[in-house]
Amino acid sequence: MLEVTKLACSRGDHRLFSGLSFRLEPGQILQVDGANGSGKTSLLRALCGFLMPDEGEISWGGISTAKMEEEFYAKILYLGHLNAIKDDLNALENLRIAAGISGCLLDEQQAVSALQRMGLRGRERLPTKVLSQGQRRRVALARLLVNQAKLWILDEPLTALDVGAVHLIETLLMEHLARQGMVIFTTHQPLQVPGLRTLSLS
Amino acid sequence: MKLLVLVIRRDLMLAMRRRADVLTTLFFFVMVVSLFPLGVGPEMDMLRKMAAGVLWVAALLSSMLSLGRLFATDYLDGTLEQMLLAPQSLSMLVLGKMIAHWMVSGLPLVLMAPVLGLQFDMSVQALGILIVGLLLGTPILSMIGAIGAALTLGLRGGGVLLSLLVLPLCIPVLIFGTGAVEAIANGQSVASHLSLLGAVLVLALVFTPWVTAQALRISME
Repeated sequence: MLEVTKLACSRGDHRLFSGLSFRLEPGQILQVDGANGSGKTSLLRALCGFLMPDEGEISWGGISTAKMEEEFYAKILYLGHLNAIKDDLNALENLRIAAGISGCLLDEQQAVSALQRMGLRGRERLPTKVLSQGQRRRVALARLLVNQAKLWILDEPLTALDVGAVHLIETLLMEHLARQGMVIFTTHQPLQVPGLRTLSLS
Repeated sequence: MKLLVLVIRRDLMLAMRRRADVLTTLFFFVMVVSLFPLGVGPEMDMLRKMAAGVLWVAALLSSMLSLGRLFATDYLDGTLEQMLLAPQSLSMLVLGKMIAHWMVSGLPLVLMAPVLGLQFDMSVQALGILIVGLLLGTPILSMIGAIGAALTLGLRGGGVLLSLLVLPLCIPVLIFGTGAVEAIANGQSVASHLSLLGAVLVLALVFTPWVTAQALRISME
């Protein structure tokens, strides 16, 4: 489905990686591995189209993603280092707006149940600025529960999460894979998901 | 269309939670305009002549004040990344942000202008034309400004650069807007000035959302 051929990316004059090729089929999960500064985030951002690769091709179902644009964006969910939540809004508003922008309108009940599953019961209507780092990350991760995207691109999804939340993320990943979804992610924490492949950038 | 409404509602909601930002722009406008009658003194003829110019320049400057925030906060907290990945048209989303920006920072100026115009002893007719001109012109300022805001995203000292980029582009709006008020004061027809303003507005509506969307994609790299 997702196919990357001979990809090369650089930041400024520094070449991060070159000749990178891999495939991701429905039901597969890929962990991008590498030291700090080896280009993990750049690879994920290149997949989303934020970064123009120097060389190489990224294609989805045989069509170049650069040509698909909005059609491709409907297929992916990207979660970066930044949580993309607004301090002035509460968790519920944040989730509903984020879901709306990515194309699925939620009613209040759906949003509340997603937040409760993320362990935010009783905090749905608090402004997110009073939440802790981990709780804010949970609000951002709640988008995983309310999305129709086939490919999840997750950049360090486990930062600031406690053990319980890490287990929850493992469960969510497995559910997504069982639905023939695809995941590509980076992390520095061990994650127990059957069938996990690793792609090493070094 | 749903996206447009969603984005406008979101930005208005955020503006309401941060009222101080909105009020700063409005008070800046009121202060700048009010300083002129105090500085020039009670010479009615001179005040009447300069009224439209002062109000328009003040509107221009105060709309510059709030432009920096148009995309900057969304850029910093990552929301902009998500917007670029929206499966609908980015231009539509950008148009929503422009409309919300105008409702928050342009519309209050238009509503305030007639009150401030009284300080300059403007006639009722001139005030009417001034408001019509501002109604047509301030959305253009928001839209042209959005291009500059998108281009200067993430730059240090972007605020000054933004003004340098955008102010020259706003000169036509200023000329037509003040020209209309001058024309009515001299008993001439205002139709040409206002229709030119209208034409610029339509042009801006068609082109600026797309240009801004492209600028945002460039700034994101």
